[in-house]
Amino acid sequence: MADTPPAKQPAPSETAGAPRPSWGDSPQQLDDWLRIEPDGTVVVFSGKVELGTGVRTALAQIVAEELDVSLARIRMVMGETEHTPDEGYTAGSKTIETSGMTLRRAAATARQALLEMAASELDVTPDELTVQDGAIILPGGEHTAGRRVTFAGLLAGGRFERTISDTAPLKRPEQFQIIGTAAPRLDLPAKFTGQPAFVHDLRLPGMLHARVIRPQRLGASLVSLDANALIEASVIRIGDFVAVVAAREEAAIRAARALHLTWSDDADSPDLPPMKALHDWLRHQPTTDRIVVASGDADAALQHATTQVSATYTMPFQAHASIGPSCAVATFDGEMLTVWSSTQGVYPLRAALASLLQMPEDRLRVNHLEGAGGYGQNGADDVAADAALLARELRQPVRVQWSRADEFAGEPKTSAMIMALRGGLDGHGAVSGWTFDGWTPSHANRPRQAGDFIAGRFVGVPAPQPRGFFLGGDRNAPTDYSFVDQRVLIHWLASVPLRSSSMRSLGAFANCFANESFVDELALAAGVDPLEFRLRYLADPRARAVVETAARRAGWGEPLPAGVGRGMAFARYENTEAYVATVAQVAVDTASGAVRVSSIVVAHDCGQIINPDGVRNQVEGNVIQSLSRALKEEVRFSTKSIISLDWESYPILTFSEVPEIEIELLDHPELPPVGAGEPATVTTAPAVANAIFAACGARVRTIPFTPGRVRAALEATPA
Amino acid sequence: MTITITVDGKRHEVTASPDTPLLYVLRNDLGLNAPLFGCGLEQCGACKVLRGAEAVMTCMLPVGDVDGASITTLAGLVEDGELHPVQQAFLDEQAAQCGYCSNGMIITIAALLWRTPHPTNEQIRDALDGNLCRCGSHGRILRAVRRAETLMWGDENG
Repeated sequence: MADTPPAKQPAPSETAGAPRPSWGDSPQQLDDWLRIEPDGTVVVFSGKVELGTGVRTALAQIVAEELDVSLARIRMVMGETEHTPDEGYTAGSKTIETSGMTLRRAAATARQALLEMAASELDVTPDELTVQDGAIILPGGEHTAGRRVTFAGLLAGGRFERTISDTAPLKRPEQFQIIGTAAPRLDLPAKFTGQPAFVHDLRLPGMLHARVIRPQRLGASLVSLDANALIEASVIRIGDFVAVVAAREEAAIRAARALHLTWSDDADSPDLPPMKALHDWLRHQPTTDRIVVASGDADAALQHATTQVSATYTMPFQAHASIGPSCAVATFDGEMLTVWSSTQGVYPLRAALASLLQMPEDRLRVNHLEGAGGYGQNGADDVAADAALLARELRQPVRVQWSRADEFAGEPKTSAMIMALRGGLDGHGAVSGWTFDGWTPSHANRPRQAGDFIAGRFVGVPAPQPRGFFLGGDRNAPTDYSFVDQRVLIHWLASVPLRSSSMRSLGAFANCFANESFVDELALAAGVDPLEFRLRYLADPRARAVVETAARRAGWGEPLPAGVGRGMAFARYENTEAYVATVAQVAVDTASGAVRVSSIVVAHDCGQIINPDGVRNQVEGNVIQSLSRALKEEVRFSTKSIISLDWESYPILTFSEVPEIEIELLDHPELPPVGAGEPATVTTAPAVANAIFAACGARVRTIPFTPGRVRAALEATPA
Repeated sequence: MTITITVDGKRHEVTASPDTPLLYVLRNDLGLNAPLFGCGLEQCGACKVLRGAEAVMTCMLPVGDVDGASITTLAGLVEDGELHPVQQAFLDEQAAQCGYCSNGMIITIAALLWRTPHPTNEQIRDALDGNLCRCGSHGRILRAVRRAETLMWGDENG
């Protein structure tokens, strides 16, 4: 869900060359997006995919609304290279904003075309007609033959043969009957009754089960392989890429354990830095430095300040930790190779697979099927590459299921980062100078070519050079406050010790943690309440509204018992998208350092709301997942490899730790919709850190806020 | 060896090595989709089914140990096209994001509400702590438990 480049920043397209229309092209053929079947079903072709966020339903709502058909008539076809437009990745909370708008215009164009056809057939003008659930009617003609025609009847199986119009009339918000309603998710009934719903459930005739065997350490090479012990399984070896294949899944699992492999110790990558020294190590790597924001003269302002504050915050590597390890199925008939995957982008994956397999793209088909929730680039693309390589070799359908350890070891992580801040205050407690220095790699490394896949390295393709462009690490590094003299500088790292890529909100998670913690540190130095301090520097009424709403709902300022504290954080996601403010209430056990989060209040403004329950669900999910990341999550590694390989070594939040969550959605039907899949992920960690400080005086500047870290921060606090 | 199991009311004879985890027999021999592979380590709960009225994980449970047992999967909770109250409550509350953990959640809650018709909040959280959800649907799932309780047994007070 992550790395669409912001419009202001030129970056190489993430979409590889594709024959199908893409949303950047114009004009576009309506028939590529929408078709009406003889039975009245409206088939919608979307290049976006369902990642567990409900976009299938929200996009269907948009089409149903503008076309004036019931939701039940819509059938969504999503993410199939053979059938759907190329819409790049489903990422960055951008689906509703971009793809939703295209579909809205497509549906409005179709409605207009159908009205024109009906007017000519009924020999009237279009403005005499009304549309009702896929039928066009003359006044009083609901049941009268000759005064009522259906969409399907008008088209008679034919095509629209016109381009999507930018001028076809769109409904006004007050006309909406489907947009803005909490339509139930279309995908959930199957998931609640054990019907096939996931790529894991795909079974093809004659399908074999495979497990891929890799060394713990990426870059090690295969020295020897002894397959003598295998009875029910066979070994496929392509260079150093090794897999076991069997008719029965448990046989493949047993074979993966039984196969005797020796890997070289002299990997082509150096040892990892000791985990404890990770941030020191990052700080001393060569960087490419780019200023993101420079206004006024931050250094001079800091020099003239009467009070100077500085603090450094750190972020560990964290895992997507999808609840179901990645899985893919592939088949090859000698001509066409077809892969089913829970990838975030079927076209970009096809282009990268073409490079890996050395096959032309027109002999590859990539179809999306859902996986377990994905929050960015997890193992989905890599397992698709595994399956594709094996299918080409076997010429038989093959299913590759990663183990839990495969997923934790293989999925790209969100990167460790460092954020160093300085701020000054003048004699009146006003901000005089603000600087932010961030150390981060690019957060976008989705596969484009063979060497980007794990499998690519093992079949002998060298690891690609760093891409030379930087995305995502600067997200929300600038604050939304009107500080006059400020400088935001990113020190881009060419590489980091663990393979890293896009995860929910990219660098914004860590950057907002640092910024919003530091705002509280400055407010403290100024002797001003954190709410009041923020409002002094927020002029935008929508920003003020979320901050004030969250504060009011949380009872900001009301007294609390000893050991309990409230903290707040605010951000405008990407500085241009949704507004979100969070207030957390926590209790700290100062003896153990344990933090108990009792409640979280969020005020959220993402413009127009397509499906309020869908937005609420996203916000709730963001809060819980980001709380898990703030309190518990850190990928552990030795100097050789990742050692967080299961749920005991990478614990996530459990039911007993989930707080009460209160959400207020500030709807703006008059404004365009912006994404809701990520914004509320960025304000949780700082709100909790600020609440911990309010509860006990301990300032935690390192994620996650484990009891040990809270205790250490308490001990470092002057009595 | 040949193992006899009754799954969702149907008797099956399956030929498999007795140490095969039940999960693979259910998914691959019987073609069922409800129990899902999550960890293979009994750490997450995605693979749960009911053995009798008890929720059990199947990813390590040897099929040889359940010879003769009666198993109910999520699909088997639907009776004559009618959803089980816990399934209905999940739909009413839209209690999922990706839905990968839903199977284990629904199975666990069904077992809980048979054993303890009116659980305390603590009992609910205890029962669900062995089931992991990564998308953060916990709040909805907890609300679905209360709704299911009412659908199954009515309000505690009348």
